[in-house]
Formats: sequence, structure tokens, C-alpha cells
Amino acid sequence: MNRILVIAEHDGELLNPATARAVSCALAIGGEIDIAVFAQQASAVAASAAKLKGIKRVLKVERPENAQPLAAILAPQIAKLAKDYTHVLAPSTTFGKDLLPRAAALAGVQQVSDVMKVMDAVTFERPIYAGNAIVTVKAPDKPCVMATVRTASWQACEAGGPAEITAANTDAALPSHTRFVELKAEKSERPDLQSAPRVVSGGRGVGSKENFAVIYKLADKLGAAVGASRAAVDAGYVANDLQVGQTGKIIAPDLYVAVGISGAIQHLTGIKDARTIVAINKDPDAPIFQVADIGLVGDLFQILPELEKELDKT
Amino acid sequence: MKILVGIKRVVDYSVRVQIKKDGSGIGTDGVKMSINPFDEIALEEALRIREAGTAAEIVAVSVGPTDCQQQLRTALAMGADRAILVESTTLLQPLMIARVLHELTKHETPDLVMLGKQAIDDDSNQTGQMLAALWDRPQATFASRIGLQGTVATVTREVDAGLETIEVDLPAVFTTDLRLNTPRFVKMPDIMKARTKPLQILKLEALGLQAAPMLESVKYAPPPQRAGGSKVADVPALVAALKQRGVL
Ligand SMILES: Cc1cc2nc3c(=O)[nH]c(=O)nc-3n(C[C@H](O)[C@H](O)[C@H](O)COP(=O)(O)OP(=O)(O)OC[C@H]3O[C@@H](n4cnc5c(N)ncnc54)[C@H](O)[C@@H]3O)c2cc1C
Ligand SMILES: Nc1ncnc2c1ncn2[C@@H]1O[C@H](COP(=O)(O)O)[C@@H](O)[C@H]1O
Repeated sequence: MNRILVIAEHDGELLNPATARAVSCALAIGGEIDIAVFAQQASAVAASAAKLKGIKRVLKVERPENAQPLAAILAPQIAKLAKDYTHVLAPSTTFGKDLLPRAAALAGVQQVSDVMKVMDAVTFERPIYAGNAIVTVKAPDKPCVMATVRTASWQACEAGGPAEITAANTDAALPSHTRFVELKAEKSERPDLQSAPRVVSGGRGVGSKENFAVIYKLADKLGAAVGASRAAVDAGYVANDLQVGQTGKIIAPDLYVAVGISGAIQHLTGIKDARTIVAINKDPDAPIFQVADIGLVGDLFQILPELEKELDKT
Repeated sequence: MKILVGIKRVVDYSVRVQIKKDGSGIGTDGVKMSINPFDEIALEEALRIREAGTAAEIVAVSVGPTDCQQQLRTALAMGADRAILVESTTLLQPLMIARVLHELTKHETPDLVMLGKQAIDDDSNQTGQMLAALWDRPQATFASRIGLQGTVATVTREVDAGLETIEVDLPAVFTTDLRLNTPRFVKMPDIMKARTKPLQILKLEALGLQAAPMLESVKYAPPPQRAGGSKVADVPALVAALKQRGVL
């Protein structure tokens, strides 16, 4: 029988919703599923993790060194725990991407990145070339399978449990060569880009940081999160954590509104799984229109205020 | 200080790749090949460190077929001092690349290894982390700012929540994110100069490495296509279309 370990992502207090998506992938593989919570004090996060569907046990791996999610610290512990499992999964967020390959190398495993679909316990679909091709890969089952889960391809699993919570510890020797200094998080009252059902994104066409106010206004009207193209981030209109695309966030909202974004392949790969894509662009030949379900050609500075008024009527 | 920079030869980012009809792979015949964009950023950062007087030598390293020499020559033209090609005719995956790079660190003893955060062909995002694990050294992935003070580096990383800063002891492995810098253009005279810079070729087999476990690529397929392309005339029609699709 498969024994699957899912690595929980959290900020010390809250379980990141990406974890529940990784659990969905574990459910698709099938078997006994455990979740590991690495923290200084794991109880609060472990309690949330225990309420996810189909979990056998939640392992609290508590050590002072685990206070911050540093790959150099967590990877040796994961490599030790992995000995009892057939599969180790982590979400394909910056947390999982940083961490899991380090653990995989220690365990002598060639990792599978960005699992979109499970064909069988060792065979998976994953995107390559910015999502322009899908490759089916078969992983060796020994010593175990390690994979990151492309969160946009999976819904959060349902609630269940509560699972048993136990303390687990490894005697892994931990290095002191890597030290956390600080995390500067953009504080925002807006919905989270990665999990919001609606997203409004602005591109270079928005023109300036000040002009981005029009994007925020529409987002607020729709209760949407705000995203951006790389060009908008590079130009300093918004912070880096709003970048959507191949090298930014891959998202799958119900509604994605692209404003003043041309639709480069690197951007499109981040929004392919959106249910409805709306494009607003003054260039009728912009490639974004080829993927948009609803396109509107015109000047965004005229269209957005009009759109807000029209939305007020509904 | 010595810096090793990874240079991967990849299909240029502007090419829309074609999948072979029989699903056995990606067609790369006659397709424009380039240095992985993130590796250009890695090399640019190394050059800036050298220009600031901190680094003495920059070694560009590529693992792959003979043709990788083209990308290594470009790296030399950008300003790398010398290059190493580890020649391999079989396609290697990140764990094996990391083993090769780890082997090179034993011979070259670099203070820094700079790689891209991901290769834009396989999109694996693994090699730097794996090398750091095998080498038992720190990693700073997704770097958007690097500060060096003696044998310690302060690195700002682009993470989902914002910007994280960590401090690491050297030697270390850094992987670059897009906003670390903008790579310079190669100038004609530099291309001429690069022809005479040393480019060493090692055979993979000569390194005596144990082969790493590999993923078997069973099938390549195009992604599901979106049925996009329809346009509306004005804002009221847009709102109506949204309602019709049940998203409002
Ligand atoms: C390795 C690599 C990785 C990359 N990763 C990403 C990534 O993750 N995400 C990403 O987004 N990009 C990424 N890119 C960059 C990508 O190739 C494009 O350069 C970028 O997406 C362009 O952003 P944009 O559409 O905002 O700008 P542009 O391409 O300049 O488009 C601006 C658009 O705005 C329209 N416009 C201008 N004014 C108005 C107006 N008043 N009203 C309406 N429309 C207007 C124009 O018609 C145009 O279509 C990457 C590139 C590389 C090489
Ligand atoms: N064959 C290779 N030769 C040189 N460097 C490589 C090679 N493969 C990967 N790398 C380096 O590792 C980074 C990440 O690649 P990947 O893990 O494949 O996404 C790349 O940006 C390169 O810097």
C-alpha cells in the first residue's frame, strides 16, 4: 500500500491553502496519507491539517530550528522521514520548490515537478516549455517518489477527520550556515492572488504605478485579487508577489480579467486554467484575445470606469 | 573569489515549440537555441561581482551535447574568463546535472555557484537546490538581490508572500530570479575575443559518476486548447456575457 507524506506549508499560525490542494493529489494517488508540520510550535497548524479529508496522522515536527521554513534546515529532516514513505509531496509554491529538490537530492530521488494529473502511483502529467507541452513521466518507485503539486491543477480537498496528531522527530543533524533575516510581506486587505475566485490583472498598458488605481478599483468592485504581468512588475507598478505567469504565480480563478496585457506565452501559462478569461486591450490583434472567452477592444481608461458603472447596475 | 556559472542550452524563449507527431518528444531541429534566460542573469550578476572587485574568476559550465559550445562562447563573449563543457549525448535530468556540478566543485573549489532558478525547457526548478544538498552548502533560490560581505552573503529572495532575506555562509549556491539584473548585450569585439578564451571539454564518462535515477518520459502531448477568441462590442455586452457564463 502507498504511504504518502504531504509537507504542510504554513506561516507559523495558519495552514496555507496550497496544502489542501497537495492533499487532493495525494488522494488521487491513493493510500495512507500523513501530513508533516515543521515548526517551532506546530499545534495550531497541526489542528487545521488534521481537519483535511483522508488524513491518517499529522506529524508535528517541532524544533527551535524549524521556526522558519529554511530548505537547508527542513530538507535533512524530510529525507529521514521519507524512509517510511512511498511518496513525499509538497505544493509547487516557492516554499515547495525551494525545499523538496533539496530533500530529493539527499534521498537520491529524481523529483517530479508540478504534477497536474495522476495516471497511476508512479506516472504523472506535468507541464514543460511554459505549459506548451505536457509530458507524461514515469518515476522510479525506489527509494520513493517525490513530487511537487501544481496547485492550479487541483482543488482544495474537502474537510474530514479529525486525524490523529502525533509528535515526530528525527535525529537529523542541522546546519547553521543558513540564517533567516526577515520577510517583507506586502500587507493587503485584498483577497489572496493564489486562491481568489476572481482576479483582475494589469499590464504595461496601465502605464504607471498611479494609474494602477483603476485596476484596484475594478478589483474591489468585483471582490477580486489583483495580479500583474511581468512588464508591470518590472516597471515598478506593483510588487513582485503579484506577478502571474511561468515564473510568477500559476492561478486558476473562476474569472480572470486581463487589462492592458498583450498575452505573451509566459503570461498565458499562468492563467490557462482560469474558467473565464476576459481581455481588455486596445490592440485588436493582441494574442491575449486568442485565449480570452470574452474580449473587448478599446482604451482601458475609458472601459474600466464604464464597466464599474455597469456593474453597479447589476 | 571564484564563481561557477551554469549555462544551459535551451530552445529560445520566443519559439513556440512543436510536439513531434508521434508524441515522442519536442521538435528541436532548426529551432533557435539560446542560453537559458535565467543563466544569462546568473552570469550578469557574476560579472557585476567581478567588476565590483570582489570576484577574480568566472567559469561558465554547461552539461550537454557538443553544440553547447555555442552558448559557452556567448558566455565567454559576455565576459566569463573560461568555460567547461561536460559533454554528454544523452539527455540528463536535474539530479544528474547536480551530481556533475558537484563533481566540478571538488576540482574548482568555487566560492559561489550561480544557476538559474529554472530552465525554461524542462521548467524543473531543481538543479540548484540539489547541488546545494549534495555539496552540503547553503542555497539561496529565487534571488533578486545579492550582497556580499567577506565570507557571508545576504540574499533577498522572491517568495510567494513577498521578499524574504536570508544570510548564508560561503561557499553557497544561488539561483536567480528575473529581477536580479538585466543582462548586458554582447558586443562584436567581445565575440572575437571570446574565440581565444579557454574552453575545456570533459567527457561525462571520464568523471566516473554513478548514474542518477531518472524519470522516463512516456509521452508528449499538446496542452488542452482553450476555445477563446470571441469578442464583444461594448461594455454592456461584456457584462451580459459575464452573466450568461454565470460568473457574475
Ligand atoms: C524567461 C522569461 C520568463 C517570463 N515570465 C513571465 C511571467 O511569469 N509573467 C509575465 O507576465 N511575463 C513573463 N515574461 C515576459 C513576457 O514575455 C512579456 O514580456 C510580458 O508578459 C509582457 O507584459 P505586458 O503584456 O504587460 O506588456 P506588453 O507586451 O508591452 O503589452 C502591453 C499591452 O497593453 C496594451 N495597451 C497599451 N495601452 C493600452 C490602453 N490604454 N488600453 C488598453 N490596452 C492598452 C497594448 O496593446 C499591449 O497589448 C517572461 C519572459 C521571459 C523571457
Ligand atoms: N545541462 C545543464 N548545463 C548547465 N547548467 C544547467 C544544466 N541544467 C540545468 N542547469 C542549471 O540549473 C538551472 C535550473 O535548471 P532546472 O533545474 O532544470 O530547472 C538552470 O538555470 C542552469 O543554471
